[in-house]
Amino acid sequence: MWLWFHRLASPPSFYRFAGILAPWLLAIGLTAIAAGFYGGLVLAPADYQQGDAFRIIYVHVPAAWLSLLGYSAMAVAAFVALVWRIKLAEAVVVASAPAGASFTALALATGMLWGKPMWGAYWVWDARLTSELVLLFLYLGVVALNSAFSDPRAGARACALLALVGAVNVPIVHYSVVWWNSLHQGATVFKPGGPSISPGMLWPLLTAAFGFTMFYAAVVLRRMQNELLIRERNSLWVRELVPVVAA
Amino acid sequence: MNPGFWAMGGYAVYVWPAYALGLAVLAWNWLVPEAHRRALLRRLDEDHEETRGIGT
Repeated sequence: MWLWFHRLASPPSFYRFAGILAPWLLAIGLTAIAAGFYGGLVLAPADYQQGDAFRIIYVHVPAAWLSLLGYSAMAVAAFVALVWRIKLAEAVVVASAPAGASFTALALATGMLWGKPMWGAYWVWDARLTSELVLLFLYLGVVALNSAFSDPRAGARACALLALVGAVNVPIVHYSVVWWNSLHQGATVFKPGGPSISPGMLWPLLTAAFGFTMFYAAVVLRRMQNELLIRERNSLWVRELVPVVAA
Repeated sequence: MNPGFWAMGGYAVYVWPAYALGLAVLAWNWLVPEAHRRALLRRLDEDHEETRGIGT
């Protein structure tokens, strides 16, 4: 088992592994997203208070979930990169940031579209919305910091440090609706006593969230492949690989 | 499809843009790294060709 992990951690092995895994994750992710959207838009009943506006949940919640999951994974990878200086962990940090930023922006934008008909305003400086906006700035900071360095390894270490410091915002986003008075609704799925959402509304949500997660994993793997090509461009395995793949 | 479906109970102007944004973000996330990868492989191939040319 350890030998397998050790082999997988080598850039050429990981590049090949990611090349095989990413299309499968993409296919599974898109299928689950399509099923979740169909269930959410067509099969789920309208909410008794919010009517059909609640159907935004099937885009908003998976995006918000990924914004937190992506940052948590990035922070763990940042810790590994800083402590053990593993190249793959550095690649995870750099590869996660653009995808995480896009899903955080999506969570904010769809939240605004949901907020307007429900609260009467696209934006309020509420604890949940503000901390999610800070999360977006942290992601964008990692992206900008990485592009400011010409040496990829130095850039990745700086990004890892920023990602690790910013991890303090993740529990703030999650618990903001508990710690402060908030217009944003509290937890409905992962809460003590079980989900407070009808099963007919819940299964499309879980299916879409699963699909988004698989899709995100595929995207990060693809971006990691690109990172490895840049970092290892002069190594023998890239020199052997490039003419075959580029042809 | 039932016209009521597209009206989304009067919330169509909020619901459909949310889904359109979701699909746009999904497309951007997959297409941009794919395009970057293709460009990167072409550039690396050219660089390696040049290096081989200098070596011979």
